[in-house]
Amino acid sequence: MKLTVWTYEGPPHVGAMRVATAMKGLHYVLHAPQGDTYADLLFTMIERRDHRPPVTYTTFEGRDLGEDTAGIFKVTCQEAYDRFKPQAIIVGASCTAELIQDDPGGLAETMQIPVPVIPLELPSYQRKENFGSDETFYQIVKSLARPMDRTPEVTVNIIGPLALGFRHRDDIEEVKGLLYEMGIGVNVVAPFDATPEDITRLGAAHANVLMYPEHAESAARHLERICGQPYTKTIPIGVAATHEFVAEVAQLCGVEPRKDLSRLRQPWWSKSVDSTYLTGKRVFLFGDATHVKAAARIARDEMGFEVVGLGCYNREFARSIRELAREFDVPALITDDYLEVEKAIEDASPEMILGTQMERHIGKRLGIPCAVISAPVHVQDFPARYSPQMGWEGANVIFDTWIHPLVMGLEEHLLSMFREDFEFHDEAGPSHHGGHSPKPSEAARTPDKVEERADPAPEAPQTGSDVMVWLSEAEKELKKIPFFVRGKARRNTEKFAADQGLQEISLDTLYEAKAHYAR
Amino acid sequence: MNTPKSIPSGTCRDTPVLKERGQREVFCGLTGIIWLHRKMQDAFFLVIGSRTCAHLLQSAAGVMIFAEPRFGTAILEETDLAGMADAHEELDREVERLLSRRPDIKQLFLVGSCPSEVIKLDLARAAERLTQVHAPHVRVLNYSGSGIETTFTQGEDACLTSMVPVLPTTDQKELMLVGALPDVVEDQAVSLLSQMGIGPIRVLPAPRTAETPGVGPNTVFACLQPFLGDTAAALTRRGAHHIQAPFPFGEEGTTLWLRAIADEFGVDDDTFDRVTAAPRARARKAIANASEHLNGKSVFFMPDSQLEIPLARFLTRECGMEAIEIGQPFIHKGLVGPDLDLMPAGPTISEGQDVDKQLDRVRAAQPDLTVCGLGLANPLEAEGLTTKWAIELVFTPVHFYEQAGDLAGLFSRPVRRRAVLKLEAAE
Repeated sequence: MKLTVWTYEGPPHVGAMRVATAMKGLHYVLHAPQGDTYADLLFTMIERRDHRPPVTYTTFEGRDLGEDTAGIFKVTCQEAYDRFKPQAIIVGASCTAELIQDDPGGLAETMQIPVPVIPLELPSYQRKENFGSDETFYQIVKSLARPMDRTPEVTVNIIGPLALGFRHRDDIEEVKGLLYEMGIGVNVVAPFDATPEDITRLGAAHANVLMYPEHAESAARHLERICGQPYTKTIPIGVAATHEFVAEVAQLCGVEPRKDLSRLRQPWWSKSVDSTYLTGKRVFLFGDATHVKAAARIARDEMGFEVVGLGCYNREFARSIRELAREFDVPALITDDYLEVEKAIEDASPEMILGTQMERHIGKRLGIPCAVISAPVHVQDFPARYSPQMGWEGANVIFDTWIHPLVMGLEEHLLSMFREDFEFHDEAGPSHHGGHSPKPSEAARTPDKVEERADPAPEAPQTGSDVMVWLSEAEKELKKIPFFVRGKARRNTEKFAADQGLQEISLDTLYEAKAHYAR
Repeated sequence: MNTPKSIPSGTCRDTPVLKERGQREVFCGLTGIIWLHRKMQDAFFLVIGSRTCAHLLQSAAGVMIFAEPRFGTAILEETDLAGMADAHEELDREVERLLSRRPDIKQLFLVGSCPSEVIKLDLARAAERLTQVHAPHVRVLNYSGSGIETTFTQGEDACLTSMVPVLPTTDQKELMLVGALPDVVEDQAVSLLSQMGIGPIRVLPAPRTAETPGVGPNTVFACLQPFLGDTAAALTRRGAHHIQAPFPFGEEGTTLWLRAIADEFGVDDDTFDRVTAAPRARARKAIANASEHLNGKSVFFMPDSQLEIPLARFLTRECGMEAIEIGQPFIHKGLVGPDLDLMPAGPTISEGQDVDKQLDRVRAAQPDLTVCGLGLANPLEAEGLTTKWAIELVFTPVHFYEQAGDLAGLFSRPVRRRAVLKLEAAE
């Protein structure tokens, strides 16, 4: 048993729903109790889909348990087929149905359903959402794809994009654009908008572009084995990665690595003088492994940030994240417990967080700016406008997204120059944040009495500040430091004082600490 | 003036109920935690369940999940399913850890889920054991919010029912208001009743454990919500007397609800009118303003919260709407009977759901407004139907006079929006 408030990933059957909802002409019959239909609203609300997910639930109740839940499953399955007439059906159980052991796969097999019925085994008490999507897509591909003659022209499959995927919709367009520039056709995009019939045609492509390893690596490996199709290992997020991706695809397909860089603005933006202030900004990265790996390279090599911590919540990729952390010489954080993430962020005291929806809220609490780079995300990260992460336009989007929460060079300069002016006082925050400017970290630590009427949680025992005494001169000087770095200055100084065995912090201690931590 | 405007000869109470079984598109009772934990300020709700349960709470609670909420899920893992004794030890350890981290918690609810019910984890025994361990500082109770037993708001019913046996006994004549309402609404109700000289007034659930009401043979209680059937039964078993009335939605509902209580406490007509005249006039005016766009429109309720019957009564009698079908997950005639009595026979009254068949009926009827859950709302909008998502009716203050205009407004907003948007290209 493990106490959880936030979960980075849903249960595995939600992963299966994401595959089913991404596809067309496929139906998912899910053996699940009443209430599990809540997952529909992720698709209709967060992704704002205009149709119900193609999922039929058995929604058994307590009174059904002693009787015939298997019978309910068979009736539901038959009715779903009769009503929706899909090209193929996937069947499976949610966590509760897994316990009552009805075996949806076996039951469906005994029925006379004239289309392929693909059983899913998704261990709900061991695995999570990403496993569910990867396994479901793998089972569909395994059941339906066959080796076949290659298309006469050079084509590839684009595999991995899903329903509820972070920017999957626009990444597909961007990757198609990259391929188009090289004269490579697209055979099938899957699961996104693919039909089961399309899946049977996967074998005709010359290679596979694996967009998201989390969701389709098993299928890519399977296709490599049975159809002899190589797949790409580079994820084209970031300028360098996109160059590498183009080279890799060109090599796999035997074509010229042609690129149209006319739309790529990120490198110049990053070189321009206003970006000088981005140099060495300390960033903390957390999210799914694929996006964290890409973001780490962009942060260091294309933005000039310093990566002070990184990690992922999907253990399947722990090994590669540990390797990455060694390359960056920072500790790797592999956890799905947000409290550990919060702790790690506090310890690293970064100037910026690149993470998920959860880290956005951790950032808000700690008064640290944050940009979202990975699922899980909320409705605002399924935007109406075109906003890919991949390819050249993706690089442009990432630059804007990441620097937006930061105080830009000129503004940072003005804020500290005219700190005493009423218009530039510390609480004002950066002008482009409007009403959402981060509050000074001191204030952020006091829970909002209106929002949270309950007694605030007792703060974790403080190691430094409760035994440390700030002399008034030092305290005054600390207040002169701009608020967005003041928290860090306070922590650094206290840590420095503690290391020196000091009980009091004087003005000198403050500046000695500053010198000590100077980069 | 205080009696219903007209009592038709054939009412919805006599209408045969269409009972359906099939796929249900509803929340489970765990969702009740989201508003209960706001109301009970020193309680923590610990769900014993799976990752699905945690994911449900996170999805349903939206941004609230980030405000250090007083609820969480002890997620069952593979090892917990293997041996039961182990699961109890695990639970004790997690509770210990939780209570040491949140010393402000006075009341802990162990909330059962589908997985914990199916493996028959004995949470009642665990609650007793933990109460002894953590007495007198923390009281541990248990109830089930599982989808196999409860639908959405029934979670609150199950929670309040679990509290009834441990309420202290009293012989005092007290009025107990039952149901968790937003503070602002609860204060209005208490104020109106106090002005009539009714008191003392207690509420269940109390905002803090220390203010827990007593119960006994002289207690009279009125429900604020139509989904509290089991709680009402449990209170009756402890000798309390249930005042039946239509639910306090709209001007008429509020007046009839207050009147029923006033009658029980022997309040004379003059006093009643003096206290209610001004707010009644305000409510009527606000409803008239907000319901302008609802007049003559048809409404179809998909089952969700058991609020459907009283809300349909409000919309048909005070906003001039016509109900086509009133779906409820569960109908407790002992509670919603007075509301059914006020509606002339006509609309289909349905209990339970077969969602695809019900959607066929929606499409055939083409109602002007469909009240439904968030999983159905956007798909129906895309088909050209106007929808009001139902969950908002549970979270938003909608009871009593001052909210009557807002309540009508919740239904008229989607209709008004449909009228103002000009998104299609000119032909």
